[in-house]
Amino acid sequence: MKIINCPLNGPRNSSEFVHGGELRQMPDPNNCTDKEWADYVFYSDNQIGVITEWWLHAPSGYWFIAERHTGSDEILRTYDPSEIFTHRVDFAEKVESGQPEEIKA
Amino acid sequence: MPFSLLKYGLNKDYPFEKNADLPAPSALKPHYDVVIIGGGGHGIATAYYLAKYHGITNVAVLEKGYLGGGNTARNTAVIRSNYLTSEGVKFYSESVKLFQELSNEFDFNIMYSRRGQLTLAHSDAAVRGFRQRTEVNKHFGGKTELIDPQQIRELVPTLNMNPADQPVLAGLWHMDGATARHDAVAWGYAKGATQRGVELHQLTEVTGVNVEHGKVTSVDTNRGKVSCGCVVQAVAGMSSVVAAMAGIRMPITTYPLQAMVTQPVKPFLDPLVSSPALHCYVQQTGRGELVFGGGSDPYPLYSTRSTMDLKESLLAHAVELFPFMANMRLMRQWGGLTDMTSDYSPIMGLSPVDNYYLDAGWGTWGFKSTPICGKTMAELVATGRVPELIEPFSMARFDSFRQVNEMGATAASH
Repeated sequence: MKIINCPLNGPRNSSEFVHGGELRQMPDPNNCTDKEWADYVFYSDNQIGVITEWWLHAPSGYWFIAERHTGSDEILRTYDPSEIFTHRVDFAEKVESGQPEEIKA
Repeated sequence: MPFSLLKYGLNKDYPFEKNADLPAPSALKPHYDVVIIGGGGHGIATAYYLAKYHGITNVAVLEKGYLGGGNTARNTAVIRSNYLTSEGVKFYSESVKLFQELSNEFDFNIMYSRRGQLTLAHSDAAVRGFRQRTEVNKHFGGKTELIDPQQIRELVPTLNMNPADQPVLAGLWHMDGATARHDAVAWGYAKGATQRGVELHQLTEVTGVNVEHGKVTSVDTNRGKVSCGCVVQAVAGMSSVVAAMAGIRMPITTYPLQAMVTQPVKPFLDPLVSSPALHCYVQQTGRGELVFGGGSDPYPLYSTRSTMDLKESLLAHAVELFPFMANMRLMRQWGGLTDMTSDYSPIMGLSPVDNYYLDAGWGTWGFKSTPICGKTMAELVATGRVPELIEPFSMARFDSFRQVNEMGATAASH
């Protein structure tokens, strides 16, 4: 893999990109068990096959999603995150639904 | 000496079949007390110590390729114990002690060569870190000193003291640092293990692990099914893939790590030199070649391909350290697979499956721990109790957030 097809900037040299880790569902930090949180931050399937992951095009500061095969190092598809994230994620709302926020300005 | 060799050369029976280091291949038995997956240094060392110290010889080591052909042959053969945590230092120091005696023990030369390892600090923060590592090492009986630029100049006169405009401020001088021939370590253990009755099966790939009522009962291989009392998994680079056969998910991500070797030149570099800030380490082998290595690749992958990016960055830094190297030719390049854990320490001991023991998470610190790994894993298998030395490295440490952080003492500074 030498060229990555950036959904915003087109094909660019792979040295312009930064790997951002596998796309995975974050458990609610206020309500999940320690085991669930440990599983989210440390554990991984780490198998040979196609994975969906975050990449950053560093010069333009643009994050996108790629489907890549971890055996052949081929990127099968890249796309804008809006394909998956159709709603705005409101972190403040999530905190309120869990424990009340202690910190006040 | 040449005359005594001549007599072997003229003898028509040479080489003697009975003197062969390894027995000829045999059929797989239907049952073994212990099945070890992976015939690299760790797996075969475990078998060796099981036979030697615990009298357990109904052992099969199953290797999908050939003996020591995986990451045992791909590492850069650095032996050291100047880590940061007390758990790490205790563990790796025991390994260094065992390495020193291996040639005598095997009656087989592993070419152990004590050179000392010099790690360079280019920032005040690094000097502080080195000071701590020096004290921890000394506390556990290691020979490690913090040395100044003048001493570094005397130790390595060819070193550029201002590489990449990052002046060398101090050095961590680890006198126990050493190198050895990695293949010979695997061969020596294999010779000793098979002489004691252990079976080594090469070209035997484990394709499935059968678990009944939470306990491992047998493994499937490309040569048929083998029932077993217990299983030791020692497959650096494939830990997550093999563990998944037993239904175990691991806190590991696998990255390639690339290394390279130059043409041989006259000996000029005795110590192993490493610069964590420049992501580069250099050593000269007994044959005169220079070995370079750096950090793991920037993204996870199960491939040992080479990349131009890594060559450019690694060699640029190596030439900064030793400018005259710019005229040397690169002879070989290769990659290995590193099973990285988030705290840069291994995963050893029990697993969620009964009688299935893990020897995994060997990122860039696997070769140097080969002997102590074999010894402690053998003790675990024989007694069923986790030896004190490897207790901190259990996989369960991640569930309770008790990591053993060796990142600073490990990354790109073998």
